[in-house]
Amino acid sequence: MSILVDENTKVLVQGITGGFGGKHAQLSLDYGTKIVAGVTPGKGGQTFGEKTPVFDTCADAARETGATVSAIFVPPPFAADAILEAVDAELDLVICITEGIPVADMMRVKEVMKGSKTRLIGPNCPGVVTPGRGKDSHGGCRIGIAPGYIHKRGNVGVVSRSGTLTYEAVYQLTELGYGQSTCVGIGGDPINGTSHLDVLKMFNDDPETEAIIMIGEIGGNAEAEAARWAKDHCSKPIAGFIAGATAPPGRRMGHAGAIVGGEDDTADAKKRILSECGIAVSETPSAMGKTLVEML
Amino acid sequence: MNIHEYQAKELFEKFGVASPDGQVAATTEEAEAAARAMGGRRLVIKAQVHAGGRGKGSFKNGFQGGVHLVETPEQAADFAGKMIGQTLVTNQTGAEGKLVSKVMIGEAVDIERELYLAILMDRESCGPVIVVSTEGGMDIEEVAENTPDKIVRALIHPLAGLQAYEVRNLTKALELSGDQAKQFGKLIKNLYKLFLECDCSMVEINPLVVTPKGQVLALDAKFGFDDNALYRQPDVMAYRDTDEEDPREVEASKYDLNYIGLDGNIACLVNGAGLAMATMDIIQHYGGAPANFLDVGGGASKEQVSAAFKIILGDPNVKGILVNIFGGIMQCDIIAEGILTAAEETDLNIPLVVRLEGTNVVKGRALIADSNLDVITADSLNDAAQKVVAAVEG
Repeated sequence: MSILVDENTKVLVQGITGGFGGKHAQLSLDYGTKIVAGVTPGKGGQTFGEKTPVFDTCADAARETGATVSAIFVPPPFAADAILEAVDAELDLVICITEGIPVADMMRVKEVMKGSKTRLIGPNCPGVVTPGRGKDSHGGCRIGIAPGYIHKRGNVGVVSRSGTLTYEAVYQLTELGYGQSTCVGIGGDPINGTSHLDVLKMFNDDPETEAIIMIGEIGGNAEAEAARWAKDHCSKPIAGFIAGATAPPGRRMGHAGAIVGGEDDTADAKKRILSECGIAVSETPSAMGKTLVEML
Repeated sequence: MNIHEYQAKELFEKFGVASPDGQVAATTEEAEAAARAMGGRRLVIKAQVHAGGRGKGSFKNGFQGGVHLVETPEQAADFAGKMIGQTLVTNQTGAEGKLVSKVMIGEAVDIERELYLAILMDRESCGPVIVVSTEGGMDIEEVAENTPDKIVRALIHPLAGLQAYEVRNLTKALELSGDQAKQFGKLIKNLYKLFLECDCSMVEINPLVVTPKGQVLALDAKFGFDDNALYRQPDVMAYRDTDEEDPREVEASKYDLNYIGLDGNIACLVNGAGLAMATMDIIQHYGGAPANFLDVGGGASKEQVSAAFKIILGDPNVKGILVNIFGGIMQCDIIAEGILTAAEETDLNIPLVVRLEGTNVVKGRALIADSNLDVITADSLNDAAQKVVAAVEG
């Protein structure tokens, strides 16, 4: 088991004919992921790489190939439309990698998605990896932009707002000999589809996941919300890290959502809440793996 | 992105949000003409900078105060001459102050009541929220702390928009009635329209005033815009004043680099926003002080890396550099090439610690090892942070 995706998941890529989308679709194929279709309006009938068919619409791609998950690599002005097209095609999961979508667009997307069967992860995220069992974790499901080879199949769930901090945590775990069940990048935007809390609940219910690393940063209250839930409901050990202790207030630190608005969304406040809820807080980003392992 | 007071007034006029009359002036002649055109009323002259505390600020030429009442057009010219081209220091500008290149001549209004009105994009409800208070003219954080019942919030439905009953509730909360209620109703509907159409993240009117004659006017406004949406807001983008920004940040933005200047002496160059923040944190953890936040992004070119390097070297406070790359999309060899190019083109004479991990790491490390560059290599983030702090203290 794993969460969200596994080695059998069939994935379509919206924006597969673009440079960025194409590069990462190919890396996913090389990793052994079942990328079964691409979608680019107006380019239906073409073939990506050796044999991946390209369709004009998500609905066509899903119907013809059985894809249930979409990865979105389209530019920001068109990304909200791409998400809603995937929702309309009734896919189970949409993972939006695109960075820089206007907040007002995401506000509307979030509202329209209420009550739909589709889960959104992202936007502005590195994606989701369920490592495979082959060499360098080959054979798994890699959706997005993470380097596949640093992973190792195992029992630690990783959830993070940041891409490179996820890689850092995964790398530390793999080096220490601990593999991962699934690694989920939920993205750095203020309005996103899936929260830390949503992912913690999934890890808690997943029999393969035995321990969790939760990585957050300044801005918003998502980490605090997840920690408070975990205190009473999560049966698995959690290690945490919060980035941005040195960030000046009121400045947007790269991620649109990483901005200190008040006293409660500083790194110190979040670390304190995590600790109070029984989460082992890593002192530095270099000790995330070690902090978790010491709990086991 | 911030905008000037006169630009905020332009936006208000465009959208029908009532505010006192005002005209911008870049020369003494323009200031005098503006004062003459608005004659017959009490006027005020205000230095235009992106910082608060102007009234109590002082100019480096000795002139006191960035806000003055104006009696005559000649006096407007006189004050303008003492402000334009001069540097204003306020409690928000830092000691270096801000260069004033424009002033605004505005109508000085009498105030009967000071109210508070703001529209923000709310993360929790994932939609706009309108905040009002009868306690305008002071720091709203303090009002929230001391008298939370004086703050009324309305969550607006993202698709349905602002409803008439919500306007009525907010009007009542502000204790406005009769003609003033009508004026406020129009003002808030138009402000909401402005908020959405200009992709604002925040519009704060503090104070919203009621004059003795019963006018409801937006006296002072603070805007925040969603940077992600600027591509579709050419009119807002035109308001950008790079003179108001940190020159290092302006230079970085030309290369699509995410740079924020800080006060420390250890520069960092990192890929990914989360890791960039975490790198600053670990420098501080080991007793150092970060000089900047710098995320070169996932797909940076050799040229971007080289430009990033030059920007951090341009900061005279910088006494050491930490490069921390976890190559996912970013390839370590490209980072290495960028460093080598920049080192050749600049006179690198401070300690440089490099930690490379991830895609093409072997190639990247080999490039640096084979160069003549004096680089301290590190094999983990921990190791790198300790080494750079030690080298700077050295």
